[in-house]
Amino acid sequence: MSPDLAAIALVVLLTLGIGAYGLRLARTTSDFMVASRGVSPLWNASAIGGEYLSAASFLGIAGLVYAYGADMLWYPVGFVAGYLVLLLLVAAPLRRSGAYTVPDFAEARLGSTVVRRLASVLVVAIGWLYLVPQLQGAGLTLRATTGAPVWAGAVLVAVVVTVNVAGGGMRSATFVQAFQYWLKLTAISVPALFLVLAWQGDGAPDLAGPAGPVFRETTSVRLDAPVVVDVVERVVVQTSTGARVLTPGTTRLSGTVVFPAGSAVPHVDRIERSTGDTWARPLSGAGGLEHPLYATYALVLATFLGTMGLPHVLVRFYTNPDGAAARRTTLVVLGLLGTFYLLPALYGALGRLYAPELLLTGRTDAVVLALPAAMVGGLLGDLLQALLVAGAFAAFLSTSSGLLVSTAGVLVQDVLRGTVRDFRRASVLAAVVPLLLALAATSLPIGQVVGLAFAMAASTFCPLLVLGIWWRGLTAPGAAAGLVVGGGLSAAAVLGTLGGVVDRGWPAALLAQPAAWSVPTAFAVMVGVSLATRHRIPVDVGRTMLLLHAPEALGLSRGR
Amino acid sequence: MTDVPRRVAVTSPRTRAVRRPPGRQALTALDEQDVVGDLLIRSLVRAQLVLGLRLAAVFGILLGGLPLLFAVAPQTRDAQVLGIALPWLVLGGAVYPALWAGGWLYVRLAERNERDFVDLVERS
Repeated sequence: MSPDLAAIALVVLLTLGIGAYGLRLARTTSDFMVASRGVSPLWNASAIGGEYLSAASFLGIAGLVYAYGADMLWYPVGFVAGYLVLLLLVAAPLRRSGAYTVPDFAEARLGSTVVRRLASVLVVAIGWLYLVPQLQGAGLTLRATTGAPVWAGAVLVAVVVTVNVAGGGMRSATFVQAFQYWLKLTAISVPALFLVLAWQGDGAPDLAGPAGPVFRETTSVRLDAPVVVDVVERVVVQTSTGARVLTPGTTRLSGTVVFPAGSAVPHVDRIERSTGDTWARPLSGAGGLEHPLYATYALVLATFLGTMGLPHVLVRFYTNPDGAAARRTTLVVLGLLGTFYLLPALYGALGRLYAPELLLTGRTDAVVLALPAAMVGGLLGDLLQALLVAGAFAAFLSTSSGLLVSTAGVLVQDVLRGTVRDFRRASVLAAVVPLLLALAATSLPIGQVVGLAFAMAASTFCPLLVLGIWWRGLTAPGAAAGLVVGGGLSAAAVLGTLGGVVDRGWPAALLAQPAAWSVPTAFAVMVGVSLATRHRIPVDVGRTMLLLHAPEALGLSRGR
Repeated sequence: MTDVPRRVAVTSPRTRAVRRPPGRQALTALDEQDVVGDLLIRSLVRAQLVLGLRLAAVFGILLGGLPLLFAVAPQTRDAQVLGIALPWLVLGGAVYPALWAGGWLYVRLAERNERDFVDLVERS
């Protein structure tokens, strides 16, 4: 068995093993849903970190930085800053609300089953949108490292996660995910250390040199599927049918192509070739991104405000014993995430020098996995790659578990009846749909799809939570209208982007990063309709505000 | 019930403190949602909201101002600090400790607001 397969097997077995340990402790429906609220802050913070660091963090960020340069650094910054916003505006009150899920919160705050149902639909939609790239990432990783077909990795992750979640619910997910945070941090930092040493041993070449990416040595590129590339300079390559001259312009390549040392890397047509200077400079539109200033601000808005609305993030807060613990947990999470996110960009930058062929194949999300073989090689390279594969699978498994727990939790409460057996059935349902989507959909960069899920959360649950927690004037009709408009606009943008409706100019930029217009619109609609329906302000709003904000130390009767 | 003022015993605060368990009145006011209770909880909500929004504004201006800075002062895109390009130094590293520090400050101040609130309730 290759080290990569052994690493995957080990992660899967540990995940199932720790899950089984948790299973012995899970006895009631409450155990399944929120671990009976008995999880300590460090465990809980590690679990949140483990759950949050998804395929997008482990592979996607490096891939985006590799292809599109400095502007992509906003992704990890936004992923962490989103937690700060969550801490500032929702962490403690959300915990004190005492609800299990966002739909529970909506119902408790507004007393409306309509808003509850809308929130349930959105939880499932965001959960599924976020699950698709996780499963695709698994397929990509398994293919990049073992040559298995793409569906194999996606099916593997879907099955393991479903068995684990259906078996143990959140209690086991907490143990599994806490373990997986530390595994991911190890898996990304240890190879990074060796890669930096190798880079220094190589004379520390400029990571953003004046030239664009070149093949440093004779490189054989195997293409599983034909790609259309832009050739920038005349080059003679070797193919299975003999020598072939590539002239500047668009051309189609397939099979195995051998490029001579020192030749410029032709880029796949969706990525524009950029020099090191352009790549390293923000707002330069490196890689062919249009309207970079707009895209940056829209991304900032989506990630800063979207984190609080992610279903798998929210459900974690209910496992804190009280509001103060929820805050402290969030603070620990900020530290854990900030440590992790120092590293992915490094892989992206090193990849420009040492793994430029992925710009040709277009599999930019694999750059993290490609570096150990390219820079270290030998047995050590194999072992480092296996470690990265283990980390990547930990990322797919933990995020998928968290999403599955919350999606299934909502399905079981709002569609089925709410017993342990139904929770198991709901888990299967919650996993099958995104699996089918992942197998059917064309592959966009992982980071980009996850960005769309953030935009959708920011356009729906962010206004619902922020206004619900801080503004007495929010009414059920206002919340419902805001959810419908925000959810509708962002869903239209997601479908437009995934479907490739437009691919150039402002319309494409606006659809690819919808948060800048959909979030303000959702807020405006929610506030406007609430003001117009003032007579519908819940009569018990004072009581709710007291519950959300009064410290537990007062010992008020809390009802739940 | 009746318009005749009831007779009340005028006593010193010291005596009252002995006779009543501390904090009952305000706690009851909170629990029963009367005017005083409503004012109390509104003051806490306002204090916490102002705190959260202030810190959010600080980070919104610092972080949100960066793309604008890069846009209006293009030389900042290429500036080197300690041999590293400024945008990479800030976005790739410095921002994370800053975000954590912001969170730490918030937790301290928010808990202080809550302690003050509990003190206020228990003293009255």
